[in-house]
Amino acid sequence: MKLKTLKTIAAACVIAGIGMSTASADILDTIKERGKLIVGVKADYVPYGFLDTSGAIIGIEPELAKDVADKLGVEIEYVPVVSSNRMQFLEQGKVDLMIATMTDKPDRRKVVNIVDPNYYSSGTNVLSLKKLGFKNWDDLDGKPVCGIQGAFYNKATSQQYGAKIVAFKGTAEAYAALKSGNCAAFVYDDSAIVAKTQDDAWSDYEMPLPTIDDAPWGLAVQLGEDAFATLMSEMIVDWHKTGRILELETKYGVANTPFAEAMHEKHK
Amino acid sequence: MIGGFFITIKLSAVCLFFSVIIGVIGAWLQGSTFKWTRRFVNGYIQLFRNTPPLVQLYFFYFAIGTLLPTIENDWGGESPLLGSFAWAAISLSFFAGAFNVEIFRSGIEAVPKSTTEAAEALGYTKLQIYVSITLPLAFRVALPALNNNLVNLVKTTTLAYAIAVPDLLYESNQIWSDNVNVTEMMIFLLLAYFFLVGILVAGMNRWERSMKIPGYG
Repeated sequence: MKLKTLKTIAAACVIAGIGMSTASADILDTIKERGKLIVGVKADYVPYGFLDTSGAIIGIEPELAKDVADKLGVEIEYVPVVSSNRMQFLEQGKVDLMIATMTDKPDRRKVVNIVDPNYYSSGTNVLSLKKLGFKNWDDLDGKPVCGIQGAFYNKATSQQYGAKIVAFKGTAEAYAALKSGNCAAFVYDDSAIVAKTQDDAWSDYEMPLPTIDDAPWGLAVQLGEDAFATLMSEMIVDWHKTGRILELETKYGVANTPFAEAMHEKHK
Repeated sequence: MIGGFFITIKLSAVCLFFSVIIGVIGAWLQGSTFKWTRRFVNGYIQLFRNTPPLVQLYFFYFAIGTLLPTIENDWGGESPLLGSFAWAAISLSFFAGAFNVEIFRSGIEAVPKSTTEAAEALGYTKLQIYVSITLPLAFRVALPALNNNLVNLVKTTTLAYAIAVPDLLYESNQIWSDNVNVTEMMIFLLLAYFFLVGILVAGMNRWERSMKIPGYG
């Protein structure tokens, strides 16, 4: 019995060892060998990564990821991630590349390799009932505000403006909680809120506050994957140059963001 | 952080208390002579034992919660009658309570029929027999199983973070997202729950020992 357990442990160690050795090889070779690029994207973030009626993941970021797979000449597989696990998925090699609406932060750069230049940018705002009549961020003081678990602006909203954050796992739960009155507002990315206010079911709601924390988004690869990072850097410059991002924004019904326009001008 | 720790303790304590109450009352009703009371209790047990606790939490919070009347709140909106903590307490109490009913039943069935018959002969009413004779004896038999279930209940309170109850896991999640110190937080979380459940287990074991009757069970 004891010997059997030992053997199992030994086998597990060997398997783990194999896993580690492939991870340390150049990821581009691994992807080509596998014939498939595995990308971590959002599946609950209209219009950047969401599910269509058939359950397939679509959106601006999945399309960008598809461009990468096409460039490498491989198939693509999307892995849905959420804010609280996306960096861990990448770190552990569950995904090769992460394009998941992640804000570029210095401390995140220590954990994953965020590729320059940034591909997108957005700020923080809230979605709330029109009749509550919020005017500025201080109006949220002491009120319950829905959020997403792991989002960086939860801290700012609660510490600077005194809101009580009620954070959920996904956006669907947060929207449901907002609708049933569990919170006064929902703090989220302005880009997603704009899309929501155009929805008929949300006509009583508005995005009343000035956008804060306008911050660039970064896509990321594992630390140490420099060849892949260089390739991604070229891809991003190319997206800006060709206006690919502006084109995708239009395709998914988002007004062209100043950041995307500025980057297009810069790299044209 | 420390707030999250207290919320976890509070939620655990509330759920422990109510689930044991539900267990005791449920087991008593199960022995009822009315067919429909027994059927009702059995239906409750089946419903809560055969569905995952996370699904129950979501069901209570998002389905039942929105059907209840709303009240005017202090920020000029309408909010539901019960918040996430209340729903978590209700849902988890019912969940663990369903198991407790069965645990107490096993204890009750272990009480020799001759004992209850003797009490009956002495003129005890049905309720008196249950409270003074059956339950104290049944408790001793059921304690190890009850112990198990209550330990499980404390661990199940982590699910409440799905409906945004700011418990230990929820607070830790926000901290590791803000400060990217995942490894440290994971170690801390594991130890914190180990410590918390350890206290409960130590208490329950003590209780078990103190209730021991030499030569019985």
